Amino acid sequence: MNVKKQFSEGLVTQNPALVQLLGMCPLLAITTSLFNGLGMGVMVIAVLTCSNVVISALRKIIPSKVRIACYIVVIAGFVTMVDLLIKGFVPALSSSLGLFIPLIVVNCVVLGRAEGFASKNSIGASALDGIFQGIGYTVALVIMCVIREFLGAGTFGAGLLNNGAGFQILPTDVVALGMVLPVGGFLTLGVVIAVVQYFMSKPKKNKEVAK
Amino acid sequence: MESITSLLAIALAAILVNNFVLSQFLGICPFMGVSKKVETALGMGMAVTFVMGVASAVNWPINELLNKLNLGFMQTVTFILVIASLVQFVEMFLQKSMPALYESLGVFLPLITTNCAVLGVTLQNAQKGYNFGESLTYGITGGLGFLLAIVLFASVRERLEFAKCPKCFEGFPIALVAASLISLAFLGFSGLKVW
Repeated sequence: MNVKKQFSEGLVTQNPALVQLLGMCPLLAITTSLFNGLGMGVMVIAVLTCSNVVISALRKIIPSKVRIACYIVVIAGFVTMVDLLIKGFVPALSSSLGLFIPLIVVNCVVLGRAEGFASKNSIGASALDGIFQGIGYTVALVIMCVIREFLGAGTFGAGLLNNGAGFQILPTDVVALGMVLPVGGFLTLGVVIAVVQYFMSKPKKNKEVAK
Repeated sequence: MESITSLLAIALAAILVNNFVLSQFLGICPFMGVSKKVETALGMGMAVTFVMGVASAVNWPINELLNKLNLGFMQTVTFILVIASLVQFVEMFLQKSMPALYESLGVFLPLITTNCAVLGVTLQNAQKGYNFGESLTYGITGGLGFLLAIVLFASVRERLEFAKCPKCFEGFPIALVAASLISLAFLGFSGLKVW
């Protein structure tokens, strides 16, 4: 039952990106193609799950005054590992994400879950939380990527499907180049969050009014 | 003379052309989180500028040392540790010696550790192989670019409070749309060349 609750919280009701509004930087910056988005998502899932497990295991040892620094060191360790692995095995991803791989260290999703969940719960629950919240974050990344890639370049899955060329859906002379520029990032995220808020507020209209 | 023009080029690029927030997407969390009022935005911007400058200056010799010892892969871990302890130290120092400044910046200082603009600027300094003066300039002017963006955004947002918009757009989404328009304006700087 708890697993189910964690699952629905991570993916929908407490989605780290679209509802809790954490981890905005990569969500805006690298979501220009499906390849980037999925790659970033997988890395965040890996880092989040590992750091949640370690932090949960150490939760009784870490003194509360220096806990943030301790969390950051644990997270930075895992990020470095992921960074080196990606550099070694998927160099294309490493070069297209660039600076944003080491910057997973300061991604608020990871630190937020460490502080908000892993520091209070058992190892098993924290691992599950890491996986589900990571998947929720990945879903948000993929939604952003698909919209921006479709409107900005007219393709679907460039760099990933169809031998890396992707499927050209819109002809290249009608695409809105602005969508893959920073402008499109802010705009798309705004609209996506508005849609989420619209559907979230529907079933509990009365509560919203009271708020 | 040449060094001065190159520093100027770095400064102009960091503030306008490659603005940290609006074109590089670094430091979005405080940009969205602490921009409801112009005064708090100003405080946050100043604190970030200060920490970015100091962090660039401190991390430059550390990066040199890491490279000498062939420990380049420890960059991320070391830099974030340095930044975290630096922020703590700056907070204690300001509290003791400059209580007035501490009063105005105090609340924002702990938040800065997780501001990706700070870690971003130190990593970029290392990547681009800047010397000490260039690193310091890039750090400070990058912070000024952040200050400019967040203050502009806060003043837009103060007016947004009274604007009518569809219910589902209220709050965060409409702010993002406003940010996108500011970013569009900054896109105009991308053609700018110093010489």
